[in-house]
Amino acid sequence: MPIQCSSCAKNRAVLRRPKTGHSLCKHCFFWAFEEEIHQTIVSARLFNRGETVGIGASGGKDSTVLAYVLKVLNERYDYGLKLLLLSVDEGITGYRNDSLETVRRNQQQYDLPLTIVSYEELYGWTMDAIVKQVGLRNNCTFCGVFRRQALDRGAMMLNVDKICTGHNADDVAETVIMNVLRGDIARLHRCTVISTASDGEGAIPRCKPLKYAYEKEIVLYAYFKKLDYFSTECVYSPNAYRGHARTFIKDLEAVRPSAIMDIIHSGENLSVKEGVKMPVQGTCSRCGYISSQSLCKSCVLLEGLNRGLPKLGIGKHHRLHDKILAQQALTEKEQNKLKAIEF
Amino acid sequence: MAAPIAIHLEFGGGAELLFNGVKDHRVTLPSQSEPWDMKQLLVWIQENLLKERPELFVQGDSVRPGILVLINDADWELMGELEYQLQDQDNIVFISTLHGG
Ligand SMILES: [Zn+2]
Ligand SMILES: [Zn+2]
Repeated sequence: MPIQCSSCAKNRAVLRRPKTGHSLCKHCFFWAFEEEIHQTIVSARLFNRGETVGIGASGGKDSTVLAYVLKVLNERYDYGLKLLLLSVDEGITGYRNDSLETVRRNQQQYDLPLTIVSYEELYGWTMDAIVKQVGLRNNCTFCGVFRRQALDRGAMMLNVDKICTGHNADDVAETVIMNVLRGDIARLHRCTVISTASDGEGAIPRCKPLKYAYEKEIVLYAYFKKLDYFSTECVYSPNAYRGHARTFIKDLEAVRPSAIMDIIHSGENLSVKEGVKMPVQGTCSRCGYISSQSLCKSCVLLEGLNRGLPKLGIGKHHRLHDKILAQQALTEKEQNKLKAIEF
Repeated sequence: MAAPIAIHLEFGGGAELLFNGVKDHRVTLPSQSEPWDMKQLLVWIQENLLKERPELFVQGDSVRPGILVLINDADWELMGELEYQLQDQDNIVFISTLHGG
């Protein structure tokens, strides 16, 4: 028994929206989905006329939908933005090659310029080479830190005013839970913010236009629009801890779909009591990127790789950063501590 | 007796990785006394098609949360989910939202 669209009452409904419980037809769903993103963009004042906006594009569902919708809205509402695609090539054989092919097709399909920056050109290391040295235990740490900075560096090369990423409501809720589980108050405080200002030199403002868009709707939007996206698992071991948080969120959503919005709402309204020590943001003394330490995480990880001490950036070794900065030799004990890799 | 029915199954969004990377499957469900429903189809898929890690596809007697199901291009939440009775030539799509890009 087909259910009618609750909005137009003309067509057959194709989905039940997790956020509202409404049953909508394809046409009304497309419109509602796009309009909500437009409302997010307008009410949070994410962009200004004349800006160049780099879309972090991985070829995956979120960034593909983001690029498509931003292009639609930029034309529909005359935002006056110059949009471009920015991709990072981590150097993972058999994983990134295919997804970069997807981004290249998106470039054609959406007629947006594309720039690809690679770990190899930025850091002198591909993820394949990094995994050879560090093993499969901490590789996600390297990849996450390097990717974040790679997007910034690419954006700077292109004179981009803002970067936007495809983080969706499920991602944000998951990050809130992760930060609670880790007791990471500084990140918990920051992670629900929809856009970061240009604090510090080496960082370009970032925003998440899909912050309130459910993953279910993003995937169904891509499906019904027949958008070309790439889905896979990274060939290197996924972040197990994040995986648990993800499963937890999905289990909650199955019972009560509003749980995702409620977690975001909780995160947004948390306030940190006075007296909690928060890291002071400064800049990396080596590369100028924002950092709460004298060396940014990326420079520390890189230094560790180049010295054959891959555990340098993993865990708390702040004390050693000053030594490295001063180009002092490490003691044998310190070296051994940083060499041991658990596989 | 309900006659055998031919249906089209499609796996996407990364769910196909659990089926040897094969996205499209045209299958015939054998005749049985009761009409086939989605709950029985999930059991049949597990026994006949699923190649690896069943826990990434099913949870309890339903699909794992995070896998979307479309019945003839409509969200299965509008179609009765597990109770939906399959018809000959139905098109069932499973899309994982759990895979990244
Ligand atoms: Zn409608
Ligand atoms: Zn640095």
